[in-house]
Amino acid sequence: MPELIPQEALWPGNFWLHLLVFTVIIITFILLTVMFFIWFERRLLGRIQVRLGPNRAGPFGLLQPLADVIKVLTKEDIVPARGDKPVFWLAPIVAFVPVLMMFAVIPFQDGALLVDLNIGILYIVAVSSMASIGIFMAGWSSNNKYSLIGAMRDVAQLVSYEIPLALSILGVVLIAGSLSLTEIVEAQTVPFILLQPLGFLIFFIGSLAEMNRTPFDLVEADSEIVAGYNIEYSGMKWATFFLMEYAEALTISAIITTLFLGGWRGPLLPPFLWFIIKVVTVFSVIVWVRATIPRLRIDQVMAFTWKFLLPLALINLLITSLQVVFWPEAPVWLIVFAGLFIMIALILIWSKFFKLGGDRIDV
Amino acid sequence: MGLEIAFWILAVVAITAALAVVSLRNIFRAALCLILCFLSIAGIFVVLSADFLAAVQVLINVGAIAILIILAIMLTREVERGSLPNKLQFPVIASTVLFLCIAVFAVIRTPWQVSDLPPVEPTTAELANKLFGEGGFILPVEISAVLLLATIIGAIVLMREK
Repeated sequence: MPELIPQEALWPGNFWLHLLVFTVIIITFILLTVMFFIWFERRLLGRIQVRLGPNRAGPFGLLQPLADVIKVLTKEDIVPARGDKPVFWLAPIVAFVPVLMMFAVIPFQDGALLVDLNIGILYIVAVSSMASIGIFMAGWSSNNKYSLIGAMRDVAQLVSYEIPLALSILGVVLIAGSLSLTEIVEAQTVPFILLQPLGFLIFFIGSLAEMNRTPFDLVEADSEIVAGYNIEYSGMKWATFFLMEYAEALTISAIITTLFLGGWRGPLLPPFLWFIIKVVTVFSVIVWVRATIPRLRIDQVMAFTWKFLLPLALINLLITSLQVVFWPEAPVWLIVFAGLFIMIALILIWSKFFKLGGDRIDV
Repeated sequence: MGLEIAFWILAVVAITAALAVVSLRNIFRAALCLILCFLSIAGIFVVLSADFLAAVQVLINVGAIAILIILAIMLTREVERGSLPNKLQFPVIASTVLFLCIAVFAVIRTPWQVSDLPPVEPTTAELANKLFGEGGFILPVEISAVLLLATIIGAIVLMREK
């Protein structure tokens, strides 16, 4: 059997023990952090909208997610009579498992991860593309037109935004010279957000769309299609979808931290703590965006990715590869300023090319 | 030992899923079985320590092609009942069995070159060198890229309103 993991990287003893311990750690971490994120998002949204947010259950309302969990679990489990029942049952699992799987390769600190795959980031891109199948299964099997429309929107959105997302990851991979997440973090003497500002922006917007958060949450736009693909779900199955969405937000925050913010690296504090701090910071920005920007229309979303993000991602990839091939010893400060300048110039030029919204579009 | 067990489980799942694809009447479920088949083939790639190929298999076949297939299914009528049975079943079964026999015979009779070397690790750099390096396949890769571009432009031209 080929060694997938070098022996010294296996922390508690042998392969199976390592697998067991880290799986338990990752699942516990995801569940606890998701509960914290739900509370944190509601409090932060409340703060931004000049209200209090949940504050009754426990100190500062900290026990509110727990109360919500108990409420959801004791609800009646409803299955549509004319739906496709086996698919309806499988859909939440199919949607949730890929999100859980993505966490296998994210390093919490040096060596503290389930498997250090040498194709780490490719693995993440591949696995994340699987989650939309679960969503589509849910939308189809519910036998409900709103859920089907929601699922169709999700698939269209995901297929379109995956391309600029992958292209912006390529910029990071070119600079780091590796697909392994550990090596990408180790290559970041300067956080890649400074070397790849345009790439970071594209990745951030693309991942907002990938996890269906505002302003790209038209998959579950309440005012148009009630709740999107999970209309017919209730009880535990609905909770699994909810868990999936927050776990995805957590995973994306962790990936952004790893790729662009230097992962576990940082002065003074222990690496693990740095990782958590950065993840929570990224998540706060995501919530901030949600509180600030209104929802887009479906044609605006599509036009934005194909006409704006994709060309900019291609140009970013071209510039990065030119720099890596022809001038690898360029001084860091020059790359930082040139990157910022190019980013601002490109965004200004491209915003002149086409306008989003305002005028009606006939389909 | 563990790898062999994994291989047999994946192989059985892949073949069962592939049979389900052609035998299920509900086209949507057939498409889901096709996805399961793709996934188990990716698993077989992992067992053969071709990790890059496995990730690409999941990314392209599961993430993109399967989604396109499902979208295409949404455009067909009678998704749940599928196409009505016709008289071509027996010719199809006969020709499929014949093809299977020929394929198995060819695979068994071919003197495969077996290498004693352990699998290369990591595979990504090796693959890139083989594809784009000296004496590699850079020209076919470029030609296929041009072909894809031509297809995209052709599709746009066909779909444009007059």
